[in-house]
Amino acid sequence: MLTQQLLNALTLGSVYALFALGFTLVFGVLAVINLSHGAVFMIGSYVALVVVTRFAMPLWFGLLLAMAASGTLGLLIDVLVLKRLRARNAPHLMPMIATIGVAIILASSVQGIFGAEILRFPEGTLPAGEFIVGDVHVRAIEIGIVGIAFALMAALLLVIRRSRTGRALRAIAESPKAAALLGINVEGLFHATAFVAAALGGAAGVLIGLDFNAITPLMGQPILHKGIAVIILGGMGDIRGALIAGLFLGFAEVMSKAYISSQMGDAAAFGLLFLILLVKPSGLFGRVLERKA
Amino acid sequence: MISPRKTLLLAAAVLLAGGAYAAEISIGVAEALTGGAAQYGVACRNGLQVAADEINARGGINGDKLRLVIEDEQGKKEEVINVFKKLIFQDKVLMIFGPTLSNSMFAAGPVANAAKTVAFGTSNTASGITDIGPYIFRNSVMESDVLPITVAAAVKHHGIKKVAVIYGNDDAFTKSGHDVFRKVLAEQKIAVTTTETYVKGDVDFKAQLTKIKAGGPDAIVCSCLAEEAANIMLQSRSLGIKAPFIGGNGFNSPKLFEISRLAGEGSFVGSPWSNDNPAAANVNFVNAYKQKYSAEPNQFAAQAYDALHIAAAALKSIKLSGNLATDRQALRDALPRVAINGATGAFKFRPAVTRSGKPGGFDADQKPFIYIIRNGKFELYAGKK
Repeated sequence: MLTQQLLNALTLGSVYALFALGFTLVFGVLAVINLSHGAVFMIGSYVALVVVTRFAMPLWFGLLLAMAASGTLGLLIDVLVLKRLRARNAPHLMPMIATIGVAIILASSVQGIFGAEILRFPEGTLPAGEFIVGDVHVRAIEIGIVGIAFALMAALLLVIRRSRTGRALRAIAESPKAAALLGINVEGLFHATAFVAAALGGAAGVLIGLDFNAITPLMGQPILHKGIAVIILGGMGDIRGALIAGLFLGFAEVMSKAYISSQMGDAAAFGLLFLILLVKPSGLFGRVLERKA
Repeated sequence: MISPRKTLLLAAAVLLAGGAYAAEISIGVAEALTGGAAQYGVACRNGLQVAADEINARGGINGDKLRLVIEDEQGKKEEVINVFKKLIFQDKVLMIFGPTLSNSMFAAGPVANAAKTVAFGTSNTASGITDIGPYIFRNSVMESDVLPITVAAAVKHHGIKKVAVIYGNDDAFTKSGHDVFRKVLAEQKIAVTTTETYVKGDVDFKAQLTKIKAGGPDAIVCSCLAEEAANIMLQSRSLGIKAPFIGGNGFNSPKLFEISRLAGEGSFVGSPWSNDNPAAANVNFVNAYKQKYSAEPNQFAAQAYDALHIAAAALKSIKLSGNLATDRQALRDALPRVAINGATGAFKFRPAVTRSGKPGGFDADQKPFIYIIRNGKFELYAGKK
């Protein structure tokens, strides 16, 4: 039972991490808590669903299109909403509230078009692979999610640590004004970040929609709450932190369900989160905040 | 020769007269059309609409057309109270169908009851709903009528000695289902290996199911809605659990098989309605629904459809005076006498037995069907083969 629960925790944790990657990227660079990330995530899975069901295209194409569509959506949100608030030097809470509005508009629109019922990918979208070792069962999609979460994180880290763009992004995270003075195209990188973060969110939506077999207009909401917890715990804006904190939350949740009570799943996980923040208020890898302070 | 002016006058006169003769009976509909409960609320609204169209196409009720005043109560307690007040005091409807969730009825039922207006729940199955007062009706069968029969049939069929239990603990429907299950299991002396819970919106049940698997139950009792139940079935099979499931009303939706496919084989379900019930009233309903909405109806739609026919039967038996309070009371008094054969089978009301002993509303008096899942379909259970 323990091995199976550890695997359960690993997949759930990877799901949280996958979702939190884009979320934390936006915070790290734009210094904005983008609460429409859950809705963008939801749009991703609907786009892939339409591509796969209505146009009978293969899943990988659906995934690409979903990433492109949610990326574009993220870019639009940045240009239409966040950029305007930036230009007006709006205080931190404004973009948060504005993106709640965006999330409601997106969820309601999708509900208007597709209805409120739970949709799902048709049977056979994925190879129904399953690995059984002794008493432990793992599905192919779960391995896919874990693999993709780690691969995306590695790629993002590589870009941010090693590339010129990454250096520019880190400069922006430090101080957008100073970065602009150094000749960095700050607005351009803001847009690029919004695009990439939303595309990652869309990819997470597709994978999680596949894994959990449930695509609804409100699917972004519960995971958004977990996502917020993950990026706070990981240290706002820290990519490695998002992965580790995502896994941590997954483990805390599964283990408390398994060994305390399923009534206590979220309570135990969030209780633990609270305790950790008491000891380390900036989160596990919270350098960004410390530096800014 | 008639001048254009005269034609206009004539037309106006005809319109006016038409307005005066064909009176309308306004019926309030408060369902969750947006938000998380919309999947049920929309089904209820559609069922009511199909019935209203049918009744109006046949000439209405004693010549009067039914008009549905439809409001979205969003599945929220605050909103449903506002909607009830609007329907009762502003739209002056004769009665109200809805709300969608039992939670909402607990919030808004007292408003209707105090205004001496019938609130007719078509999807509220939590116990205590009709305790609210004598103006509260429902045709949704309570879990406490369905589950004892379902469990007994499953136990006999599969030789069940111990079960695991899983239910949603933040929803009045699944929680009250669990309370009934717990009582029934104790009465029938079935051991419970573990009781697991989840909350609305959960999609990952693997932690709970891994725990259930460790207890090695003969069956899994699941007080869940169809979407969750189906995912629970799928995930339990992918974890290597082979035990069948026992479920209630919540299982009864075509969705169950769309998602779970063959994962639910051998499971038992008790329900007031089935898509496949060959009775003429049901076939009629299923076809009308498919034609209007190009989708399969579910139990919620069927019960809403029957509910409007029940109200129509009551309305046919009384003469409306035009005085709102009198008519509301007359309708309230006529409803308990109605007995119909609807999409969900033979139906009549029975007075609720309230916990306080005071007179309450009326519950459904209806026999459930027991189904076993075979080949990805509900099959009427006819004993062990």
